[in-house]
Formats: sequence, C-alpha cells, structure tokens
Amino acid sequence: MIDILLWPWLGGMLIAATTGPLGAFVVWRRMAYFGDTLAHAALLGVALGWMLHINLTLAVVLFCLLLAILLSALMYQRIIATDTLLGILSHSSLAVGLVIISLFNDQPVDLMAMLFGDLLAIGSEDMLWISLSCAIVLAILAYYWQPLLNHTICPELAHVEGVNTNFMRTLLFVLIAMVIAIAMKIVGILLITSLLIIPAASARRLATTPEQMAMWAALLGCFAATGGMALSWIYDTPAGPSVVVIASAVFFILYLAPTKGRR
Amino acid sequence: MTSALLSAQNILVKRSGRTLIHDVSLDLQAGQITTLIGPNGAGKSTLVRTLLGLQDANAGSIIKQTGLRIGYMPQKLNLEPTLPLTVQRFLDLGLGQHQLAPKLLTKLSKACRIEHLLTQPMQYLSGGETQRVLLLRALLNSPHLLILDEPVQGVDISGQVAMYELIVDIRDQLGCGILMISHDLHMVAAATDQVICLNQHVCCSGHPQQVSQDPAIIELFGVQGASALAVYNHQHNHHHDSHGTIIPGKHSEACHHD
Repeated sequence: MIDILLWPWLGGMLIAATTGPLGAFVVWRRMAYFGDTLAHAALLGVALGWMLHINLTLAVVLFCLLLAILLSALMYQRIIATDTLLGILSHSSLAVGLVIISLFNDQPVDLMAMLFGDLLAIGSEDMLWISLSCAIVLAILAYYWQPLLNHTICPELAHVEGVNTNFMRTLLFVLIAMVIAIAMKIVGILLITSLLIIPAASARRLATTPEQMAMWAALLGCFAATGGMALSWIYDTPAGPSVVVIASAVFFILYLAPTKGRR
Repeated sequence: MTSALLSAQNILVKRSGRTLIHDVSLDLQAGQITTLIGPNGAGKSTLVRTLLGLQDANAGSIIKQTGLRIGYMPQKLNLEPTLPLTVQRFLDLGLGQHQLAPKLLTKLSKACRIEHLLTQPMQYLSGGETQRVLLLRALLNSPHLLILDEPVQGVDISGQVAMYELIVDIRDQLGCGILMISHDLHMVAAATDQVICLNQHVCCSGHPQQVSQDPAIIELFGVQGASALAVYNHQHNHHHDSHGTIIPGKHSEACHHD
C-alpha cells in the first residue's frame, strides 16, 4: 500500500502546497475565471501535443504559458470585457480540444483522466516534474512576493513606486499557467481552479496577514490532498474529486464556525 | 525659475480617437502647491496619470529632474475584502530605499492622525481615514514631488479643511512640490500657490486670486464658484450685480469651447 500511495500522496501535497499561496493571489485579484480558462485551454494543449507528437506535459505547459502571455496582453488592451474574453477562450479551447481528441481516437485517450485527474497514476518520473516545477514556482513567488503584493493592492501605486507592473502581471499569469499544467494530473481540468480557490478562501478565515493566508492555504491544501486520498483509498472514490470534496468541507466548516471577533 | 521638478510641454492625450487633453504645459516647482481644477471630464486625472507615466502621451514631452522621487496618492483604493491587510502592513509595503528620517516620520504620522488605526484592517477604515493612510504612504520615501488625486474625496467638510492644512504642513516640512487635483474651489484657495484650470487644455493658470477673476474660469464655474477662490483672501475687488452675476468686463477674452 505504501509504494502505491507514496508518490501520489507526495505529489498531491507538493501541488497543494504550491496552489495554496498562488491561489491566495487568484482570490485577491478575482482571477478564478482566468484559472478556469487556462485549465480548459490545457485540454487543447493536450490535443495539440498529440497531433504534434510531443511530450504531453511539455505541450500543456507551453500552451498554457503561451495563452497566459497572450491573455495578459489582451486584457491590458481592454478590447472586450475581460470576463467575456475569458468565457470565449475558455469554452472554445475546451470544445476544440475535445473535437481534436475525438478525431484522433485511434490512440488511447483517457478523457476521464484529463477531465477529472488521475492522482493515483503519479509515478516517480512525474514526481521529478512536479517537484521541479513546484520548487520553481514557489521560489519565484517568494522572491517577488512584495512587488506582487503591491501590484495586487494597487497597480497604479506600485507603478509609481517603481514596480514593473507589466512584468508582475505577466509573471503571475505565467506562474498560474505552470501550476495548472502540473496540477492537471491531480484533479483534472475541470477541478483545477478549486485547488487554487478553495484552500485560499478557507485560509482567509484564519489569517490576519497576507503571509498567514498563504501559509494556511498551503496547509489546508495539503490537508485536503491527504484527506481526499484517504477517502479515495477507503471508499474507492475517484481521487481528484475526493480531494476537492475535503477542501470544500473544510471551507464550509470554517465559514460556519463562529469567529472570535475577527475576520 | 529654471529648475522645475517636472516640466510638461504641449501634452496631447487621445483615447480611441477622442482628444482627452491637448496643448497642456506646466511646470512644477519645489516648495509650491499647484492645484488642478476643472469640471468633470476635463482631463484632470488623465493629465495626472500621464505625468506619472501610467498613461502614454500621444505628443509632447515630460521632463523630470534626474532622480526625482514622486509620492503618489491615488484617488481611492479598491481593496478586496479577501486580502487581510492591516494599516501598518500597508504602510510597510511602501517603504523603499529613501525612507524618511524616523523623527520626521513620527511627526508626520502624528499629523496624519493614524496611530490608533495601525492594527486595523485597511477595509475597516472610513473614507477620511483611508485618505490619510494613503497620504502617509505617499510620504514614506521622502518624495521631491507629491501628486495627490483628489485628496479630500469622501472626507467631510471639517475633515477637508484639516486635510488641506495637513497638505500645507507637509509641504513646509518636506519642502516638496505638490500637485493635487481638486473639484472644490472653495477649499483649495488657501492652500495653493498656483491654480491650473483645465478643460482639455489649460484655460488659465496663476495665483488663486488672479485666477478667480479670469473670465475663462468664470465661464466654467460661474461667479459663485470662481469668487470662492478669492474668498479666503477676502478681496472681492470685482463687481457683482444684485443677482451675483459678475459685470462682464473683458469677458470676450475668455476661451471658447465647442
């Protein structure tokens, strides 16, 4: 049992520890829909990877990064409302991805694993990718923490104070894209945003500083990953959704519990 | 005055084919308070954003003194309730390499009356409290030039008077130049060395008293509004008829708007 569960558990913990702090930014900046768009686009990334016969993880990472940079530029232009733009890109990329995959159905495609994740399939090679990417994302996040925070609080003020705001916005998009490309393995395309949003939103109840919120989000995410895997192991439920179920349960418990006069 | 902190020449800003401001030139000097007034949509915020580099000018030049540090107080702060942030932390995030001397900082934070707020979440502050916190943050890196976008927005009348006094006090303590936007002619007069009246272009500019008698400003604000600029100096040396309408004089020289 240990050898089957060790890699998935470690992988889940690592990803949750990364989506936690990054998710705090997603919550602070109301980027939930942005996360969804990148996640849906990841399926198109997979489809394109198939067509071009390149490594699928690499294809997803590259495609998400490309889209993140493109979105960063488009959103800055304000040609159409951001949520409309995201809605169009989100669903069109999901649809195109599904169509392409169906055209190539001579190859073994586990669509369910794409959409809902396959946590238990994580092996030692995946772990290498996951730990490397998570380490990079967390290191960048820690290094740019203060300017990112300033940019989140008030971009204009940050700009005047010398922060390169275009860089910060794009950086955050790129980090989210990277994490989504990795986290796809765990909870799948349709549930990725939940790993960004739910632990961070739960953490809001426990935190009085931005850093505390990031830490709590990471911890609650790890707890959800562990609990979800336990649930999955004991009741034979799908692992990805189980993780999200635990995360949501934590959220509701924290929000229903009485607070001690703080928020 | 040769060495302006910031000097803008013939600024033109267009957005989607519409001219927002044109031919705007201004000099900002150390130790001087310049107030930008003008009706809604006159391009006051556009001008300030352009000077700050938040927006590009389509034509014209902005020359800043080398190493010029600008402190900026935005009009308001849209802070998400999901971001836990105390006043103290918000201020700490603004600390850079050129921090104020501790003594001066203590003095200014006293003047801004925010000491009792430091442990409060930013989202709990009232409009006036938020403005004072934003003002203090703009001061943290000992700016040469302070740019305040409607510093009294959301502040009640007595608070507004105190705010303008505070701004004068800051100018005296730091010796910095100040550019602020204001809607309110009544309040700014006492606290201003130079008034620039903007309505897409500079309608008139000069000392508040002088500007209050300018036909252009009377056309924009009406007699009541314009004379308010001079109220603080108590020198009503222009003439009103019984309805408060000014006796035209050289009205023909006023700028015309289409």
